[in-house]
Amino acid sequence: MRALIPALLLAATAASADTDRVLETHILPAVAGFASSAEALEDTARADCTRDALRPAYHATFDAWLGLSHLTFGPLEKDGRRLAIAFWPDSRGAGPRALARLIADQDPAVDSEAEFAEVSIAARGLFALEHLLYGEAYAAESYECRLVVAIAADLDRMAEAIAAEWPAYAALMQTPGASGNATYLAEQEVGQTLYTALMTGLEFTIDQRLGQPLGSFDRPRPRRAEAHRSGRALRNVVLSLEALQDLARAMADGPTPAADRAFDAAFATADKLDDPVLAGVADPTGRLRVEILQQKVRAVKDALTSEIGMALGLSQGFNSADGD
Amino acid sequence: MRRRAFLASLLASASLPAASWADAGSPAYLAAAREGDGTYALFGLDAACQDIFRIPLPARGHAACAHPAAPEAVAFARRPGTFALVIDCATGQTRHHLQAPEGRHFYGHGVFAREGRILVTTENDIASGEGRLGLWDRQAGYSRIGEIASGGIGPHDILALPGDLLAVANGGIRTHPDHGRDKLNIPTMRPTLTYMDLSGEVLEQVTLDPALHKASIRHLAWRDGLLAFAMQWQGPLPDPAPLLGLHRRGSAPLLCAAPEGEHLAMQGYAGSVAISAGRIGITSPRGGRLHLFDHGGSFRTSLHRADICGLAAGADGLLATDGRGGILAAGERFAPLAHAARNWDNHLVRIV
Repeated sequence: MRALIPALLLAATAASADTDRVLETHILPAVAGFASSAEALEDTARADCTRDALRPAYHATFDAWLGLSHLTFGPLEKDGRRLAIAFWPDSRGAGPRALARLIADQDPAVDSEAEFAEVSIAARGLFALEHLLYGEAYAAESYECRLVVAIAADLDRMAEAIAAEWPAYAALMQTPGASGNATYLAEQEVGQTLYTALMTGLEFTIDQRLGQPLGSFDRPRPRRAEAHRSGRALRNVVLSLEALQDLARAMADGPTPAADRAFDAAFATADKLDDPVLAGVADPTGRLRVEILQQKVRAVKDALTSEIGMALGLSQGFNSADGD
Repeated sequence: MRRRAFLASLLASASLPAASWADAGSPAYLAAAREGDGTYALFGLDAACQDIFRIPLPARGHAACAHPAAPEAVAFARRPGTFALVIDCATGQTRHHLQAPEGRHFYGHGVFAREGRILVTTENDIASGEGRLGLWDRQAGYSRIGEIASGGIGPHDILALPGDLLAVANGGIRTHPDHGRDKLNIPTMRPTLTYMDLSGEVLEQVTLDPALHKASIRHLAWRDGLLAFAMQWQGPLPDPAPLLGLHRRGSAPLLCAAPEGEHLAMQGYAGSVAISAGRIGITSPRGGRLHLFDHGGSFRTSLHRADICGLAAGADGLLATDGRGGILAAGERFAPLAHAARNWDNHLVRIV
């Protein structure tokens, strides 16, 4: 992966400097980081598939995933891969059900990479892995152990495919309007895509990562916090914000003082929260603190709307934001 | 026909030779868009998707419907709008302002029936929430001549089929203008696909399994006896509920979906549907993709394009428009046909 980046930049001819910067400083390192974490995860699982052995590699892979989970275009959208890597929110409980079915059937799909790639995406990816690594203990020779190895290998397969496909997709981003480029018909569309990813990423944290556990005042839903079994709910909020700040900086044409202040305020609020799984939503004081964090993330979005969106003449989707 | 009306129509045809779409430059398609300066317009496009005419609109519209012979388009306000404009596409002039009657609002779609003599509009009876079809007499200056029940709540898209049959997508969602676009009955919604005649007699009604009662049936396409209906899921996401159904009169509907990951990436939302000779397509602007199926309902291809929504059958294959100003031919891959600095709105309407 590491050799890929300079080769790609040499190939860039018609691209704007911003696209190169976003690719070089933000996207390609994140893609490479996820691929190497997922590879280490699979190696670890094959060496020892028990819970204690695998938890650190699981966390490292989840951390790396948050560096690119907002890049929902291109290689991540192929075959709906994004959800196969991170099937959340899962309000129907499809993940645990699909895993229980595999285990009850002792489904041999776990022994074939090709077959496992075809099982329900609810039984694959980081959240399936979390369910097993933080559920009931299992023995090293159990079906669960084979299942864990299959999930790790499947994650590595997808991470590798994403890394392998990014160079060709990056070339499309660097040649908008070129004949044969049906993905980007004009230069503006590249910025539009990045800006949509930036805004959608913030909305996901506001509405889902924070909104799901907040529920309503009368009915908070702490058990709906993202990755709460592995204690990652707040960590995911912070790492996702860091990734989005990284993207915003790479996109910006000049200084973004309001966004910088808003990010700082959001990180400071998250630091002081001292509530890794957002369990506080269940009582009024804790709830207020999570709501304040949600407001701080909204403020980040507002600042970026003006300092990136308006500054660069970009807006989110026309039809995707409306619907009828 | 009464003698006086007969004479009147005779006089009208003698003094005014009927204008045709040729007088508007023979457009093949209509589509509304927001332009770079923030204003809205209705465009006529030729078969190669190049602009033929541009007519300013006062606000963002939803769908337009085209008269089968005369160069007239009816542009509807976004729901819950109460007005529609009858536009002379040859001159660019607004010929009539249609105002929804007291206690009614439009849902954004309409269709011409009886060889273009009657305009049928989908409407909400605001007090009861029951769906209505408004009937307007074109030859009488689009005067309101009556209304019939739509066969459900929240009628959205409507088609006129051969034999003056109507097919209505009753989306099932109750709304009230006092609450904007808020959906007031999600737990009890019950969408239907209704076939009826202009007298209001229901000839066939298609409902889905109760487990799918939150799949709002909203947009329709028809070709050679095959009706395709596109749905929008109103429950939490992700959910595997199908977004496309195929129906032939007298048969059970066939529900179609892409493989799981691809399907979930549509985000429970299909914005337009169209049928070509070999393919049926549904678009998801939220998922940024077009799903293509064959006429047997088998999934064939997914093509990606951000903010894609409008979809129509062209001379050979499906054509799509998107919020970035692109028009693309959808074959095994996308081939761009046109691009302009405008945001194409939800629908691309083929002129028959």
